Amino acid sequence: MKYRYLFLVFSLMIIIPGLFSLYTWGLKLSIDFTGGSIITLSDSTVIREKDITQQQADEIVDKLKKDNRNVKIASFETLGPAMGQETIKKTFYAILLASLLLLIHITHAFRQLKFGVCAILAMLHDSLILLGIFSLLGHFAGVEIDLLFVTAALTVLSFSVHDTIVVYDRIRELQKRLPNASTYDLANQAVSETMIRSLNNSLTIIFMLLALVLLGGDTTRNFALALLIGTISGSYSSPFTAVPLLVIWDEIRGRKK
Amino acid sequence: MRQSQSVLYFIIFISVLFSYLNLPSDLKFSRKVMGKEFSFTLPRPRVNFKIGNWPSDPELNFKKGLDLQGGMQVTLLANMDRIDKGQRQTALDSVSSVISRRVDLYGVSEASVKTSLINDQYRLVVELPGIDKPQEALSLIGQTASLSFATPLYQTNPASPSAEPTLVDFIPSDLTGNDLSSAAVTFETDDRQPAVSLKFKDSGRDKFAKLTKAFLGKPIAILLDQSILSAPTVQSEITTGDAIITGKFTIDEAKFLATQLNAGALPVPIEILSQKNISATLGDASLNQSLMAGGIGLAIVIVFMCLYYGWMGFISVLGLLIYGLITATIYRLIPVTLTLPGIAGFILSVGMAVDSNILIFERYREEVRTGRSHPVALELSFGRAWNSIKDANLATVITGLILFNPLDWSFLNTSGAVRGFALTLLLGILISLFTGIVVTRTLLRFFYKGAKQ
Repeated sequence: MKYRYLFLVFSLMIIIPGLFSLYTWGLKLSIDFTGGSIITLSDSTVIREKDITQQQADEIVDKLKKDNRNVKIASFETLGPAMGQETIKKTFYAILLASLLLLIHITHAFRQLKFGVCAILAMLHDSLILLGIFSLLGHFAGVEIDLLFVTAALTVLSFSVHDTIVVYDRIRELQKRLPNASTYDLANQAVSETMIRSLNNSLTIIFMLLALVLLGGDTTRNFALALLIGTISGSYSSPFTAVPLLVIWDEIRGRKK
Repeated sequence: MRQSQSVLYFIIFISVLFSYLNLPSDLKFSRKVMGKEFSFTLPRPRVNFKIGNWPSDPELNFKKGLDLQGGMQVTLLANMDRIDKGQRQTALDSVSSVISRRVDLYGVSEASVKTSLINDQYRLVVELPGIDKPQEALSLIGQTASLSFATPLYQTNPASPSAEPTLVDFIPSDLTGNDLSSAAVTFETDDRQPAVSLKFKDSGRDKFAKLTKAFLGKPIAILLDQSILSAPTVQSEITTGDAIITGKFTIDEAKFLATQLNAGALPVPIEILSQKNISATLGDASLNQSLMAGGIGLAIVIVFMCLYYGWMGFISVLGLLIYGLITATIYRLIPVTLTLPGIAGFILSVGMAVDSNILIFERYREEVRTGRSHPVALELSFGRAWNSIKDANLATVITGLILFNPLDWSFLNTSGAVRGFALTLLLGILISLFTGIVVTRTLLRFFYKGAKQ
């Protein structure tokens, strides 16, 4: 934990460009949030329209057929603008509720508020990284945020906490065995003892997700990509964000005394 | 040790049973033994019992969602502006019932119509698998129900003028659904049997009185969307505007008739809020791609576990296979509707299932390093790893529940895609806890005797 500030600086180096992108370009929202229509044709071309009806969609494709393009509608999706607003609201509530419940759960499991707060901070760190990267991807590669992305983000929240709990659990156990050791030493030992497990576990999940990103269908590609980024960030943040935060928390408390 | 022996038998038993339940098709065996030919077929299991509505499919096939089999999903908004507050739920149920009826008549199998109330908006979500003419289906669903009363038309047969005239047709009268106030199930008949009561508005009272007078003893047809719903015979002239349709109804039949009548009495225009259709070919392609991706990912994980943890890793792969069998069986039994996000949830849960094992194995190696003997280290590692496995998985269960939204809280998500993902993830965690802790532990106790030093 000697390099605890270095770890945080490293995180910031990824978060700040993301925040910058979020601030200037925002997120590229899909019709799940904005409303509108998307026609995907059998040759994989995508036509975007403002909130049209099935009949209008059929007409567009009929026109294409007259131009000698042998296409059919592979999928058609349309959503009124009101539905989009609702989705944003629900997403916000879901994240709020999840954070609150997880905070309660961790504080209860470890009997100390600092564990809960630091785990939630690490979780926010992961969400910021995910949002930032997707904001950049949206600006430069046209990747959209849809309802599935929200699902992925929430899953990342839980994965991040999942991973953090494993490391915290080790600190809790060492605390019982070595009641006089400082948080600094406990943290060091816990991180090095759980490192291989964290690495192996993340690797297996990353294998599965990488397969989905590279080979899975178009529908789930961005979803799997979001999960992948979140998993990598979540695995990193447990030993290198959540634990340093815990150490810093104790340092600040110690200085006050 | 005896206890874990019975656990081992139990594991073997469910593995065999679930493998059988997951057979892809009927298996045929034939073999010549001592000159005689033996042959028999092991049939793919079918379920012969029913508890309530379960199981809905006796063949226990996987249930595929719209994104995998193709079809259409439409969310409709029912415009309740002209309906009294107290009657809105009845009106919504009627619209839903009328749409179900139209869809059935159109010939869509396994269609579903669900109603919901979100922020004072009365909504219907209609799912039509396998639709290839979306415009046709939409116009079918979108029209407002029209109810009318029609009078019989009789014709005498010119060949035998003396015979009774025969009923040839019904002609719509000027009495329509607009004149009807409401319909309800009633038991206030002479024989206390279920019946349907009709209440007409002032505008309908006189028209109905006229009809009942003119067609006493003859049938009057009630038409919904131009097809006959019921054709009760007029028993007496009714001038009060209150009528009762009797017949040998069961309660359900009476309820159904009343609901359909209300659709005419409470006409609710509907508009499309959102729509999504997916062609069957696209669905097939997505399914194959995800399965392929899942298979390859799984293969890499298996190789990794075997290489890194050796024999122990191999045993955990066995546990993983049993995990796959249990999951597939539960998907068939419930049945879980498989969607693309659902498959992704399953694939993710495989990753988490492996995690429990890695936690335990790393713990085991540590305990061995500190000098404990193999059996002690094995038991200790399971015991000590349990704490972190429990707390960590509980965190995932919490998020899973928020996504699944089991209590249908309207401020949280109710989208099918998100729920599909959450359900498979939740099931995955629960099953993986069982296989990771109970199955792998038992297998290790019996088949792993410690690393050779």
